[in-house]
Amino acid sequence: MNNILNIQNLKKTYHTKEKETIAVEDFSLSLADGEFVALVGPSGCGKSTILSILSGLEEKTDGTIIYQNKKMGYMLQTDALFEWLTILDNCLLGLKIKGELTDEKREYVISLLKKYGLGDFLNSYPSHLSGGMRQRVALIRTLAIKPDILLMDEPFSALDYQSRLAISDDVFHILKEEKKSLIMVTHDIAEAISMCTRVIVLSKRPCTIKKEFLISLTDFSTPIENRKAKEFSHYYEEIWKEIDHES
Amino acid sequence: MSHEHKIYLRKIRQEKIFIHFCQFLLLFLLLGIWQFAADKGIIDSFISSSPSKVWDTILSLYDSGTLFHHIWVTTYETILGFFMGMTLGVLVAVILWWFPNVAKVLDPYFTVLNSLPKVALGPIILIWCGANQKSIILMAMLISVIVAILNIYQGFQKVDSQKIKLMKSFDANKWQICFYLIFPNSKKNLMETLKLNISMCLIGVIMGEFLVSKEGIGYLIMYGSQVFNLNLVISGVVLLSLLATVLYTVISFIEKIYIKKD
Ligand SMILES: Nc1ncnc2c1ncn2[C@@H]1O[C@H](COP(=O)(O)OP(=O)(O)O)[C@@H](O)[C@H]1O
Ligand SMILES: [Mg+2]
Repeated sequence: MNNILNIQNLKKTYHTKEKETIAVEDFSLSLADGEFVALVGPSGCGKSTILSILSGLEEKTDGTIIYQNKKMGYMLQTDALFEWLTILDNCLLGLKIKGELTDEKREYVISLLKKYGLGDFLNSYPSHLSGGMRQRVALIRTLAIKPDILLMDEPFSALDYQSRLAISDDVFHILKEEKKSLIMVTHDIAEAISMCTRVIVLSKRPCTIKKEFLISLTDFSTPIENRKAKEFSHYYEEIWKEIDHES
Repeated sequence: MSHEHKIYLRKIRQEKIFIHFCQFLLLFLLLGIWQFAADKGIIDSFISSSPSKVWDTILSLYDSGTLFHHIWVTTYETILGFFMGMTLGVLVAVILWWFPNVAKVLDPYFTVLNSLPKVALGPIILIWCGANQKSIILMAMLISVIVAILNIYQGFQKVDSQKIKLMKSFDANKWQICFYLIFPNSKKNLMETLKLNISMCLIGVIMGEFLVSKEGIGYLIMYGSQVFNLNLVISGVVLLSLLATVLYTVISFIEKIYIKKD
């Protein structure tokens, strides 16, 4: 299998006035093309830090990252839509900033919006959209710059359970259809198992890899259906046991 | 539209009319009592004037052709001071946002300047710039600019950190973050500052006109008090309230047009 991303012994130390925080002690990951990987671990263990480093928002302290010319698309914890821009303009933001906006790319973004049920809302403002739709807009805004690897940081945590199930199904389909790879941070074990083929359990801070699970479900299909697979509860229990729960 | 909804709307409309009615009634009542008390000699109209005398004074100002000149001078000074204050305010706020260390260095100075009653600077400005319109406009600007800077800068800092993160994840530079995010995000705050500042500027201008004492509504009030013409003083105050209301309404109107989208 050819890897599109190689992370070796990543380390990150934060410095603040009060203290020095080792957020990530040792993290390595090889991502195959088209692979969906989930990172789970106790809160504050350094998951967001890993994604921030991968997307270039933070400098790494040590370790190597080999990108193989792959572009990262970062989807944040909140949708962070600009209320004063229309849905379309929100989605074009990345292209405008990078100075890459062409008619062709605009058409591509419009086609994505139409394809994923937002065709009637191109000129609406974010306040008119439901939480799930806003997340879809945020995803398309990320997809607009045609990234190869999506980094998602607890992307659905602000939504209620029903919308979460629906949007995780949507996102799964969109990413598979657009042939993207995914590194997703989540605290929802069920979400991790149902969407990803690999789940990495991280220790509490400073974070290292505690255990990796390769998920193989019979009749692997969509996230919602996957939750019914007979192996599901087994994986759930195993992963749950590995996570350092705060007592 | 259902019948209930019609009744509901009518009720709201009636309520609104009633409120307006009461507002006018109160005005007439106050003016009436004032006039009545002056006519009957209950109050001394030499020191408390009366509505009819105020009206006569304004008419005579109009007849002598100076009424609109004074109003215009005050308006002009206020608007000029206002624009200068706002422009400088935005400019300095951007600099503070751009260079956080500059903001840190200047922080105590702003605190002092902000709590200092700017009136105290009036005489100094008068000596430096002379007793002319320059001083008045400078005073108006000075009184508004500090508040403008602090307000706008605070608005800039209120931006959601996730949105900044988003911009950075697209490799946005500082200019882009400023124009795509900080400015549009502060629109509401800017409008609030406009409203606040128009009244600040008016304070500055009147203060300046008191000191310079050449023309304008502030001059009318000052002059009136010096020659013990209370009719003129109160006429000036009435004109000033009208001007303040008009300026505020204009700003509110601009705000409505500008933020109508959401
Ligand atoms: N910018 C920063 N400066 C200092 N410490 C930070 C910073 N960002 C995160 N940290 C610290 O690093 C640790 C890991 O944070 P984070 O990656 O956000 O955890 P997670 O996403 O797993 O909840 C936390 O202890 C947090 O307090
Ligand atoms: Mg996090």
